[in-house]
Amino acid sequence: MNPILDVRNVSKHFHLHIQNQKHIAALTDVSFQMAEGEILGLTGKSGSGKSSLMKCLYRTYLASSGEMHFRTEAGSVVDLVTAREHEIIRLRQTEIVYCSQFLSVIPRVPAADVVAEALLRRGGDRAEALERAKELLDRLGLPRELWDAFPATFSGGEQQRVNVARAIIAAPRFLLVDEPTASLDLKTKDVVIDLFLAQKARGSSIVLITHDAHTLARMCDRRLHLEFGRVTEAVTA
Amino acid sequence: MNCQDSDTGWLLRVRNLTKIYGEPIATSVQYTGPRFNSNICPETDAIVACAEINFDLYPGEVLGIVGESGSGKSTLIQLLYFDQVATAGEVYLSALDEAQTNLLTLSNQRKRHARNTLMGMVYQNPRDGLNFGFSAGGNIAEKLLMAGSFHVGRIRERAAYLLGKTEVPVARMDHTPSTFSGGMQQRVQISKAIANNPPLLFLDEVTSGLDVSVQARVLDLIRQLQRELGVSMIVVSHDLAVIRMLTDRTMVMKNGRIVESGLTDQILQDPQHAYTQLLVSSLL
Repeated sequence: MNPILDVRNVSKHFHLHIQNQKHIAALTDVSFQMAEGEILGLTGKSGSGKSSLMKCLYRTYLASSGEMHFRTEAGSVVDLVTAREHEIIRLRQTEIVYCSQFLSVIPRVPAADVVAEALLRRGGDRAEALERAKELLDRLGLPRELWDAFPATFSGGEQQRVNVARAIIAAPRFLLVDEPTASLDLKTKDVVIDLFLAQKARGSSIVLITHDAHTLARMCDRRLHLEFGRVTEAVTA
Repeated sequence: MNCQDSDTGWLLRVRNLTKIYGEPIATSVQYTGPRFNSNICPETDAIVACAEINFDLYPGEVLGIVGESGSGKSTLIQLLYFDQVATAGEVYLSALDEAQTNLLTLSNQRKRHARNTLMGMVYQNPRDGLNFGFSAGGNIAEKLLMAGSFHVGRIRERAAYLLGKTEVPVARMDHTPSTFSGGMQQRVQISKAIANNPPLLFLDEVTSGLDVSVQARVLDLIRQLQRELGVSMIVVSHDLAVIRMLTDRTMVMKNGRIVESGLTDQILQDPQHAYTQLLVSSLL
């Protein structure tokens, strides 16, 4: 197997200088591999380190030690822990997408533009990108009158759908997805799951965090269970 | 350090850039900086405005510089824009002499040319960037003339186009900026800065003096222009909200040094240096 991701002995701790040099261990000695086209579910209680691990993969957190080898589309291997920033920026624009639990967007940008922007960054035609964005929002059941409204004022479920559409519009190779279905009804949940499964069918690999048993059961090929920042169990679903 | 480092593809390369006011001695740099919580040389009272500044900027990248007043962040871009003369260091632009010439060693004439064709600057105070004795159009024409455009009709056409692009009413082209609102003055400055399509733009606290709603619109304009033109930018601001909205990467400065640099979301969510942690935790 030629893994798309090979994580070796990653630890992450926070050192808080301004709070009495407080030291927090978030991840300890985490190792795992992912095959191309696989969906890996991260499970464990709140605070077990799932999101920290995901943020380390996206470089929003700096891993304190260990390696995260990512095989790029071009076939080269990049250590996400030590790669230069401009290299990470390039990967974020082309291959690695993070779909966070909460929508954080530039203010004053309409929902359809937020979604289309991910495609435009790769150099697409604006009209076509907007068309595709609206198709996705339609499929996700976001009311048409919200497409040109600013997502900052949307409900949790509406924001979540904008987030999902934005994450998949450019069909990235590697997706980091944190609680994509948390505030959605069952029907919309299934639409979201189907969209991610379609990404997988095109060859994308996905790391997924969810507390939702239905989402987990439908999506995951394999599970990695975390407790207190350590991997305690790896299960093939 | 020379410009043939293994890495390629950068637009701007800065090595060991240093600015010292007063009379530095050999140990001025050594005995100043965050470790001493001071940028004043204990021996001679020389002020080390910035020192040991190293970074690369890539095409299309937006780099933020944050830090408190006096941390050296404005000095840094003023050195790069030749508003001030560096004490030491090397600066290379990939578009100039195939990156072989240290910009700091250029003749004044070549510095002016590089500044007018390859760079643009937007200052906090519009009076620093605009001549209030000229009309808005005249200010833009000045930048175009300096880069070698002499056809009056074409200059007017380009000025009108740029003002339109930055949402300044073209009907006001022949009025002086002193009759404009603060937000409009900043827009004229932005028009002037991008007049010659430079690959590199410096923005120094450009929204600091503006009302919140006007600030928002200027930031939207900058974002939109950045995306359309693909220009690389260095954004200096003490406002982390501005940095978060505009930049990909951020450098944090204190006492004339870079204390931390990283991806902007990493700086905001996982700051490493004690000073950055303080800065981020102070964010409302």
